[in-house]
Amino acid sequence: MAFVKRYLIPRLISFVLVIFLGVTAVFFIPRFTPSDPVQRTIAQLQSQGSYLDPGSMDSMIEDLREMYGLEGSMLQQYGAFWRRVFTGDFGVSFFQFPTPVIELIRTSLPWTAGLLLWATLLSWTLGNLIGGLAGYFSRNRWSRALDTVAMIIRPMPYYIFALMLLILFAYVVRLFPIAGGTDIGRRAALSWAFVSDVLRHAFLPALSMVVLGTAITFQTMKLIVQNVNAEDFVQYAKLGGVKERRIVSRYVIRNAMLPQITNLALALGQILSGALITEIVFSYPGLGTLLFNAIVTGDYNLIMGITAMSILAITTAILVIDLVYPLFDPRVRLM
Amino acid sequence: MRVLRDLLRDYRFAVSFTVLCLLLIMAILSAFSPYDPTFWWHAARDLRPSWTHFLGTSAKGQDIFWQATYAVRNSLIISVIAGTVSRVIAVLVGMVAGYRGRLTDRVLMFISDSFLVMPLFLIIVLLAMLVRERMNLVNLGLLLAFFGWAWDARVIRSQILSLREREFTLTAVLSGTKTMKLVMKEYLPFAAPLIFSTLINNMAWAIGMEITLAILGLSNMDIPTLGTMLQWAISYQALLLGQWWWLLTPVVLAIFLFIALYWLSVSISEYLDPRTRIQRVGAK
Repeated sequence: MAFVKRYLIPRLISFVLVIFLGVTAVFFIPRFTPSDPVQRTIAQLQSQGSYLDPGSMDSMIEDLREMYGLEGSMLQQYGAFWRRVFTGDFGVSFFQFPTPVIELIRTSLPWTAGLLLWATLLSWTLGNLIGGLAGYFSRNRWSRALDTVAMIIRPMPYYIFALMLLILFAYVVRLFPIAGGTDIGRRAALSWAFVSDVLRHAFLPALSMVVLGTAITFQTMKLIVQNVNAEDFVQYAKLGGVKERRIVSRYVIRNAMLPQITNLALALGQILSGALITEIVFSYPGLGTLLFNAIVTGDYNLIMGITAMSILAITTAILVIDLVYPLFDPRVRLM
Repeated sequence: MRVLRDLLRDYRFAVSFTVLCLLLIMAILSAFSPYDPTFWWHAARDLRPSWTHFLGTSAKGQDIFWQATYAVRNSLIISVIAGTVSRVIAVLVGMVAGYRGRLTDRVLMFISDSFLVMPLFLIIVLLAMLVRERMNLVNLGLLLAFFGWAWDARVIRSQILSLREREFTLTAVLSGTKTMKLVMKEYLPFAAPLIFSTLINNMAWAIGMEITLAILGLSNMDIPTLGTMLQWAISYQALLLGQWWWLLTPVVLAIFLFIALYWLSVSISEYLDPRTRIQRVGAK
């Protein structure tokens, strides 16, 4: 079983190690903060004018320490943190007291998953399709024109690009709403009005991500296809009279897809970072906005909850892609 | 000089070179600014572009043109610090991993892989939150440098791996060349173009990260950079008040800077790769 030993086991090991490192980083980074969340909470309460007598102050500090998982030695806290990660119980949020963190994540997750996942998959598919064709017909004029367009779009920082779209299509030409996930006050229901409202609000953020993402995938795919196209076996197939459709689909694209599958895994890894910026620009009610609010208000439980959950989710997604990979690449399977 | 002349035949190089020179001149102009960028109210507020105020003034009472010269200068400083420091890390890691191989290689590549897989952006945001009070140009540059080397270390490593298999390595080793000298004198010249093009890409990344951190409110808002300039314009609702000259200045400058850096890196790396160079410059 050389396959298991050389492919499967290293990937499982790195899966476990990356989760371990990531969660450890999430645990330690906030603990190096000079500001103590417990003191800060109390100072905040006092500045709002509530009076606390010393006795209740002490019991409150006690409660807050428990709430923030700050009891015991560093090692005990670390152990407790892992228990929290596995049970999904990250305590209560301070910024929306007393909603549990997991509850907040659960309400925002569908928005982010709905927007980001689709946008990533769509731009990956589109980019590969167009890039593959443009790479195969790289001498054609439209292929070069597309290349120039990608050369201009590609280097733009996401934030600036999204801001420009927002200014153009929500402010100068008022085609799309300027912010939010739905109209204010609309309730979730399975009606056409609700669905179309959600789609209308999701259009601009999705467009900004799809255009930029497609440009990036397009360029890589075009380059790879051009390289595969120059390989001897493709030339040989052409000389041997293999049908062009077959050359494109079975010889060129199939080989060129392999690095792109790995790139999809990397793109999935960047989803939450993408969410943070997209959702802030478009005031979209997903995990990114939640995280941003948590950062601004210094809500440690919420920050650690979102970050730990996203590390778990992303590394799992990458592991799944790694496990599916042998289906596409027989060389790995037969190793 | 001939290299430059060849390169200038590529329209992308010509455009990006000109734009970068103009931006550089702008950054240098900041030394002659009549205003201190940290002061407010040194001019009338909300003026449209005119002869006295080239790009108008902001709601903070600052002349936007002179503010922009500082912004370009500071953004470039951050990107140069981030770029060079992370290049040093990437080159060291890439070369050591590529040349030593075996366990060293595995450990170093595992570290850089975990940097790639982790949601780094979140960790940068968390760290930026911690040092928010002490954030300045150098700290921000170093923070970005610490996270910006992983991918490029991998790229450099694969280049070294292929160089190691070449004949001249064997000749050098057999004739008693020291490892350090071999790597520095024989490998570095081969890897230099690659390092240079990753440097430009990394600089663009650093400028983008600076803008993002400023938008999240995680950088020092008193230091004018492209990011903080944009953030001030947004927080003063420049868009809704119709002060396009305030909002558009950092946006347009950033777009020019990014496209110029990207085109520069693409055209240089195409020039350095002889196979594509023949098509582009014409064989001589």
